Amino acid sequence: MANSQGTPPVIAPGHTFGTVTDKISAIVLARKTPIGWYAGFAAAFALTLLLLVSLTYLVLKGIGIWGNNEPIGWAFDITNFVWWIGIGHAGTLISAILLLLRQTWRTSINRFAEAMTLFAVSCAGIFPLFHTGRPWLAYWLLPYPNTMNVWPQFRSPLVWDVFAVSTYATVSLLFWFVGLIPDLATLRDRSQSKAGRIIYGMLAMGWRGSSRHWHRYETAYLLLAGLATPLVVSVHTVVSFDFAVSIMPGWHTTIFPPYFVAGAIYSGFAMVLTLAIPIRAVYQLEDFITMRHLQNMAKVMLVTGLIVAYGYMTEAFIAWYSADKYEGFVPLNRLTGPYALAYWSLILCNVAIPQLLWLKRVRTSVPVLFVISLIVNVGMWLERFVIIVTSLHRDFLPSSWGMYSATFWDWSTYIGTIGLFLALLFLFLRFLPMISIFEMRTILPEARVDEEAI
Amino acid sequence: MATSPAVYGVLAEFEDPTSLVSAAHQAHEAGYRRMDAYSPFPIEELHEAIGAHHTRLPLIVLIGGLCGCIGGFALQYWASTIAYPINVAGKPLNSWPAFIPVTFECTILVAALSAVLGMLALNGLPMPYHPVFNVPRFALASRNRFFLCIEAKDPQFDLESTRRFLETLNPREVTTVAD
Repeated sequence: MANSQGTPPVIAPGHTFGTVTDKISAIVLARKTPIGWYAGFAAAFALTLLLLVSLTYLVLKGIGIWGNNEPIGWAFDITNFVWWIGIGHAGTLISAILLLLRQTWRTSINRFAEAMTLFAVSCAGIFPLFHTGRPWLAYWLLPYPNTMNVWPQFRSPLVWDVFAVSTYATVSLLFWFVGLIPDLATLRDRSQSKAGRIIYGMLAMGWRGSSRHWHRYETAYLLLAGLATPLVVSVHTVVSFDFAVSIMPGWHTTIFPPYFVAGAIYSGFAMVLTLAIPIRAVYQLEDFITMRHLQNMAKVMLVTGLIVAYGYMTEAFIAWYSADKYEGFVPLNRLTGPYALAYWSLILCNVAIPQLLWLKRVRTSVPVLFVISLIVNVGMWLERFVIIVTSLHRDFLPSSWGMYSATFWDWSTYIGTIGLFLALLFLFLRFLPMISIFEMRTILPEARVDEEAI
Repeated sequence: MATSPAVYGVLAEFEDPTSLVSAAHQAHEAGYRRMDAYSPFPIEELHEAIGAHHTRLPLIVLIGGLCGCIGGFALQYWASTIAYPINVAGKPLNSWPAFIPVTFECTILVAALSAVLGMLALNGLPMPYHPVFNVPRFALASRNRFFLCIEAKDPQFDLESTRRFLETLNPREVTTVAD
């Protein structure tokens, strides 16, 4: 379909090693910081302060300030946790899986997608940490010799989750930092200020582009990609085990691991689009983040969105097919119960509206893609809310049924993490190269070694 | 070995990757061994052209991964059966299928750490100072220029003749690198 008028290039013609280097590094080193950066950072930082206020108040009062109750012990906190972790997954997918599949178009978006992963995982971590109520004792989750002589319960998916998420955060950081080293060397060599040379120089660790170093570097990067690929699949699988291993109707299903992984990629690509579209406009990066990238991401969203839709159908089908009345009640309750509005909005956002992406006219329209990406972000948040809250609020015994409504502090913590995410992202855009400079050089035509001439 | 100790080597600058790879080939054919090539991005052919060997990194990562795997499982086995045995729903104390997710995560974690730390260690990084940085134009090695450095440690190295040899490879410029 995309080939009817020729596929748009992954990098605009006419660029050389020098222009690519200068254009990307100038954003950090030379260009005047756009006024929009200050406005955006100020707004994001204000929301980060709201997060700090919310968490401080939480520590003072306890988690009773949230709307969580019996039977709805998990609500906004775990919804937000799963939402943020899921968003992070697109970064790893772009950087690792697309690298292994030799998709060169990933090159101009992998750096900031990886940064997005890192910041999303940081936001995700806040929720379970503070949901413990006593975050200063969170190290109890880790196995360490202690005077109480107790050890974590390794049969519990919640302990698996601690290992999965902390491994994921560590490996994402390593992957991102290793990718940055050669670009930090470029910034060190091009910085006009002494402070810049020292700071970027320390971070670059003396990288000098030696061919022996490059060889090991490429090996390490490829191995990291190979390790991160099963890791990213395992992380959301383990997150889904938090639910699927329980016996709660609506959670106890085997479709959860693949459906969670597809949902994670779906929401992650939506977030990459949400971020990439304004960034390429503000920093005039249309040469590097071309229509090809936006269209490819739209196609990935369409495919993963269909897998998610299949997941919804399977959930409902298995609930009926199991002939278990408690299981059978769950989809009915979702469709017609007190949270029906959330369920129908979710279907609208995640299944109905994204079908527009079948149309080429939609995939090539930047504003429409931006709006759809926002809608999918909302839809994926609603999906987790529906899974968690509607399953918990009507369990086996009507005597233990309940209702959940979010409090001010639920909202302020959630919005606060969005602020933290954006604040970190603004700092990243200002101080580090948002596009991998050395990988952009490799996809230029002049990078090819002419074997004939040797 | 008519070199003064203050010389690290001779550095030739090239404008494109093909000339660098071809220069590296010719230097290797001329018998030079202690040399290195510098480029702003990885060039697959370059590593072989200077006659470098395979890297041991994959082996390090394999060993790291196995250590993580065995260590992760051993930790869970020891904690669940010896240090803190609890009967959960009548399951055996060594309920190994439940230990697989954490074993897997530990495998990946240690393998990834070995990949990064192993790569840095084999490359001898961090190393903030290196003689090639003494050449001002070397700053372009991280932008758009390609360099070949024949080091004074090479048995064939002779400041004058090595310089003359590099001049024949059509470089943009040849510089002596102070140590």
